[in-house]
Amino acid sequence: MIFRLEKRPSDSQAMAYLSPILAVALTLLSGAALFASLGHDPAHSLYVFFLQPLEDLYGWTELGIKVAPLLLCAIGLMMCFKAKVWNIGAEGQFILGGLGGGFLALQLGEVESAWVLPAVLVFGSACGLLWAMLAAFLKTRFSANEILTTIMLNYIALNLLYYGVHGPLKDPDGYNFPESALFSDWAILPVVFEDYRLTISIFFALFAVAIVWTFVSRTLLGFQVSVLGEDSSAASFAGFKDKKLVWLVLLLCGALAGLAGVSEVTGPVGQLNPYIAPGYGYAAIIVVFLGRMHPLGITVASMLLALTYMGGEMVQMDLTLPKSITGLFQGMLLFYLLACDLLISYRIVRDRPKVASNSSTQSVAQA
Amino acid sequence: MDIELITNILFATIRTGTPLILIALGELVCEKSGVLNLGQEGMVLMGAVVGFAASVITGNLGLGVIAAVLAGTMMSLLFGFLAISLVSNQVATGLALTIFGTGLSAFIGASYVGVGIEGIDAWNIPLLSDIPIIGKIFFSHDPLVYLSWILFALVFWVFKSTRLGLTIRSVGENPEAANAIGMSVFKVRYAAVMFGGAMAGLAGGYLSLAYTPLWSEGMSAGRGWIALALVVFASWKAERIMLGAYLFGAASIMHLVLQGLGFEASPNLLAMLPYGATIIVLVVIANDAVKAKLSTPLALGQPYRPQV
Repeated sequence: MIFRLEKRPSDSQAMAYLSPILAVALTLLSGAALFASLGHDPAHSLYVFFLQPLEDLYGWTELGIKVAPLLLCAIGLMMCFKAKVWNIGAEGQFILGGLGGGFLALQLGEVESAWVLPAVLVFGSACGLLWAMLAAFLKTRFSANEILTTIMLNYIALNLLYYGVHGPLKDPDGYNFPESALFSDWAILPVVFEDYRLTISIFFALFAVAIVWTFVSRTLLGFQVSVLGEDSSAASFAGFKDKKLVWLVLLLCGALAGLAGVSEVTGPVGQLNPYIAPGYGYAAIIVVFLGRMHPLGITVASMLLALTYMGGEMVQMDLTLPKSITGLFQGMLLFYLLACDLLISYRIVRDRPKVASNSSTQSVAQA
Repeated sequence: MDIELITNILFATIRTGTPLILIALGELVCEKSGVLNLGQEGMVLMGAVVGFAASVITGNLGLGVIAAVLAGTMMSLLFGFLAISLVSNQVATGLALTIFGTGLSAFIGASYVGVGIEGIDAWNIPLLSDIPIIGKIFFSHDPLVYLSWILFALVFWVFKSTRLGLTIRSVGENPEAANAIGMSVFKVRYAAVMFGGAMAGLAGGYLSLAYTPLWSEGMSAGRGWIALALVVFASWKAERIMLGAYLFGAASIMHLVLQGLGFEASPNLLAMLPYGATIIVLVVIANDAVKAKLSTPLALGQPYRPQV
């Protein structure tokens, strides 16, 4: 091998910020190669995927529709990951939020009151919180691995949604389609601009970012979460209650993901159907890593991931490529990010001629 | 419950357990070498879609199976490159592999949704399949089911009584020591990861070519994850993986059992059973922490960097 990895004396701060940019660039390059191999002009395709969606106000509001749920899920996941709680369950918490909120909205279908919407939102959020509570209970009481339990809970949530829309929540006048009746106007989120679909859920998301940011940077409890993540023995030595923090981050994430879910069904969707969750809970994981676990970075990253959803729809319409190209771009992005992140603690060096390589550069660097 | 119903249920249990056996055996070998690959789900999906597409294009199911195995192996190489060569975090890389595989398989498979093929036929084993009841339950399956038994026997034998098994184990228990006595940790781990990928790809091929001969997005439905729990449940023992996989298989076909007994239950609610069972299993294992610690490969999940 001519090149090899050498451990840096200390982690590179610059690389930590450069790595996501590098990863995005590599994803774009690979995307261009992919489009070219499918017989499309790469430059034009990338334009259709990444720029065309944002050419007008309509595009930006549509972006906002997707940023809101991503950001709500991601900011909650950020707290979990900071505390090294590997919650993969935002997707299930999102679904439960939508399902629970949708259930209440349908029950209150005849009620004409300004209280319907807040009640639906709170209930949906509480359902997401409850779903996360299960994972927190399994982790703190039985120390069951949270990666696997949350993933299992995601599948259970999805089947619960299917059960609802195929069974008790199915619209009786819906020609047997697996979807609920449309919610009443009292249970629909107000829009930000007239004639555009963007709802005030974007403000929920930005508000959540502001709150969590303050919490992390200004409060003792927020500091404790980070300490728990850095070194759990240090945390217990300092008298922090591990388990309490695990509960805290999971419940917070559940409530936020639940809010995202209920905002989705009371917003752009307007009813319950089997497709209310297009993977926002999973994409939010990428958002957290790409945004360097920082509220500001996460906000930017959620816009990029939201763009991959819109780009997928665009290339489907313009280039007749499958919409699922979105997932492909998201996967590539995460892969490249992980690879580039190595450059934070390692650097690529050229192997020196054999004679000179007797002394170990690595051990010198470490010493 | 009449005898024919029981026969059918046991027959279906074996079919349903087969993909879990394949994935879990692959992951077992991988974890024994010290590598935790959480990307099973992505590799299974890639195996399923590539196997299906290859069968449709060539019209040959055998080629489809081979393509599925290759697809799983290629995916695992991607994981291996990042997690072994570039010493990235195995948990994050595995998750990335699943997200990537889910996306890529949906992309490749978009034009194959709704396409139908003739699935792999059952091979009735001469004489044995004529035995009443037992013949139907065990000896009238498709060849991949028999292959899963052969592969089980192989993995069992390798770890029970071969030098290769010992090599894999020592690399997973103490890579530094293994390296010191001249074993190539890199080669062993790459080979183990590739074996895991090949098995996951084969499981995918089984799903899309034999179990339900069609392609649909996300058709593995979490089997990759269930298999991961299964390996822990089996405390890294091949024979327990067999048992566990069939238990999960039985849980997954509960709707058949209930229908047979004349109960009406929502298929969506019953579909939750294997996932719920997995959670219960995770709780039970974690409660027996001492035993779990004893059987876990010591260096599991820890990247290995040789001293230069």
